[in-house]
Amino acid sequence: MSVVRPYGDTTGDGMVQLSFTLPVPHDKRAEGAALQLAAKMGMDPAMLVHARQMGDGYTFFVVYGRVNHVVDLAKVNVVERDFPLLTAKDVNTVVKRRLRRKLSVVGACIGTDAHTVGIDAILNVKGIAGEKGLEYYRELKVTNLGAQVTVPELVEAARVEKADAVLVSQVVTQRDAHLTNTREMSAAFREAFPVGRRPLLVVGGPRFDETMAGELGVDRIFGRGTTPREVASYLVSALVPAGPRREG
Amino acid sequence: MSEPSGTAGKLDLDPGLVRRARELAAVAGRPVVELARAHTTVSVERAVLRLAGVSGADPDGIPWVNRLVDAVAADVGLSHGVAVPVFDALAREMGSPAASAWPARDSLDALNLLAQKAAAGSVRFAVPQRPRAVRAAARKHVRAGLRRIDRRRAERERLVRRHGDPARRPWIYLIVATGDIYEDIPQAQAAARAGADAIAVIRSTGQSLLDYVPEGATREGFAGTYATQENFRLMRAALDETSAQVGRYVRLTNYASGLCMPEMAVLAGLERLDMMLNDSMYGILFRDINPVRTFVDQRFSRQVHARAGIIINTGEDNYLTTADAVDEAHTVTVSQLLNEFFAHEAGLADWQLGLGHAFEINPDVPESFRLELAHALLARELFPDAPLKWMPPTRHMTGDVFRGNLLDGFFNLAGALTGQGILLVGMMTEAVVTPWLSDRDIALQNVRYVLGAAGNLCEDFAPAPGGFIQRRAHQVLADAIALLERIDASPGGLLAAIADGTFGIMKRPADRGKGLDGVYPHAPDYYNPATELLETA
Repeated sequence: MSVVRPYGDTTGDGMVQLSFTLPVPHDKRAEGAALQLAAKMGMDPAMLVHARQMGDGYTFFVVYGRVNHVVDLAKVNVVERDFPLLTAKDVNTVVKRRLRRKLSVVGACIGTDAHTVGIDAILNVKGIAGEKGLEYYRELKVTNLGAQVTVPELVEAARVEKADAVLVSQVVTQRDAHLTNTREMSAAFREAFPVGRRPLLVVGGPRFDETMAGELGVDRIFGRGTTPREVASYLVSALVPAGPRREG
Repeated sequence: MSEPSGTAGKLDLDPGLVRRARELAAVAGRPVVELARAHTTVSVERAVLRLAGVSGADPDGIPWVNRLVDAVAADVGLSHGVAVPVFDALAREMGSPAASAWPARDSLDALNLLAQKAAAGSVRFAVPQRPRAVRAAARKHVRAGLRRIDRRRAERERLVRRHGDPARRPWIYLIVATGDIYEDIPQAQAAARAGADAIAVIRSTGQSLLDYVPEGATREGFAGTYATQENFRLMRAALDETSAQVGRYVRLTNYASGLCMPEMAVLAGLERLDMMLNDSMYGILFRDINPVRTFVDQRFSRQVHARAGIIINTGEDNYLTTADAVDEAHTVTVSQLLNEFFAHEAGLADWQLGLGHAFEINPDVPESFRLELAHALLARELFPDAPLKWMPPTRHMTGDVFRGNLLDGFFNLAGALTGQGILLVGMMTEAVVTPWLSDRDIALQNVRYVLGAAGNLCEDFAPAPGGFIQRRAHQVLADAIALLERIDASPGGLLAAIADGTFGIMKRPADRGKGLDGVYPHAPDYYNPATELLETA
């Protein structure tokens, strides 16, 4: 059974909850408007369970109701993890045996984005969710440039550090700044490095669509909830030759 | 500061240890003050010119104070200060070195004209051998600027008497951040009508790295609205209107942080802002601003805030967004002690110290709420006469808005239980979107419920003697003292500790970071009429 619908308390009941604000004072007409909106969104029947006026001309609504829509799981497109998840020990062993030098990773927040929380969660020893960051991996050489790094600075640092991979974190998304910045970054790397010498480009942030890697010119996008171990495992699978040992 | 004495003594802190912590903070802070007293920066000098009456910007939006300071720096450097070379040039323009001979209005026009001429390269600056008359002229103009700030302070005091202060503590502090000052205004007014006592207009992302203050009313910003003198004026006027309506003086907050701390402080004083975020550690750790630059800027900006009667808000909450709130709790205490030392040294009184701290412990940690209470109460008892700025959870707000609202409720409860002075309202949509109208409404309901239901619970709340909360507070204080001892014992002192990543994990050496090229050591004849007037006041 690959077709699903929302679950309230009974299989197949299709129940959802929704909240929104309309720019009108709270009265009967406002409640009618809220129900009509819910109906247009496919909620039938819709129950208005809460309405509260805010200030002079706005009303907040909570609506519960049944939606008629269904989702066919077979037709859902997502990026599944296509690499094995390794432990820190395994990552170190693979890099040491197969690459036979430290794998160099350069990370930064680019543009005006000052939110280092993402890149720090992945890179700082501190890590996130009980997993240590990449600095903790003995065989990874991590350079964290911090916040508000310009693209030219990043390219230069990648060159100086002989980066195998460049990790960029983007949190601020106003006016699609994260997409613009990422495109600018990937274009700069393409220009600065000959084909085959370019470091692996990885971006991450809570608002990225993981399927957009190709469009943004990067090798991989990681979304919300990514852990350092996933990133390390990906780097190893993408950068360290799998088969028999080769000269690096 | 509802009843500082009401919470005093709840933790049974050893007064000897508290005294020792303050002494150690003073030892750590003193060399930094000496450093600040021996240097100036482009922003300090621009602030002096703003006080003297230079305003406006060139057609590219570069303020005339920047043009003038750059021109002086190119001719004679800034080690003598900008006042003497500028007023020496002005004296030549006015035909007399004695300012008493200058018509006041004309000299102000001439000063602004001088900035324009300097930008065009048609003025040469020099450092006169006998600067006495020129110094007096500069002092006279800067004094006029400080008097304008004094009048704004008196005006605030009058309005607070007329409209009244909020009926209870903590003051409720809300943020607006649309990017457009004309959108911010109705949102701020609506927030004030809904119960906010202080409105903060978040600045555009990255403004702290601009080495100039933008001009005019602005309608475009990224995740915030540019701080400009005109935006300050517009928002203050709007909130004055709302204060009269709601019968309570609504305070306005902005940011004297980043590369333009001194100028922001001057503009805030001139436009009667009421609270300013002011903490060089934020610039150092989060914006990679050079530590020397920002300590010099911080000292001057705090002197101006002291004069303007502005409450500063310090940024200790920020450490806990990168460092663990349990393991690193003592770094918050250390920073609060240092901030208190630096603030007192700059002339700020205890009632002006909105020392920051935050509710950032991972909610999955066992007893996390009791730990939060221990930390919040420790701050309350160490600084009984400071308002204290209590900051909501951000780091463990996951996007689960339901859980987020619960966490914010506990945050509000901790604020009420421990007598915090200023409570920044947490949003359940933290880390999801910039707050929606409904988010703000739900958040305010949350605050109102908790303060209404348990606002005076601090009266009944006394941690058990020798219990978990007391023990934890004692531990954090002991850790803070140990860290201060380490800082004081290390040859490099506080700057070396910052370089080593003691605060908020980030490593920030004193010879790196943005804005270092705007730092100048004082020459023996360095003269700054503003510092002179502020320090003798």
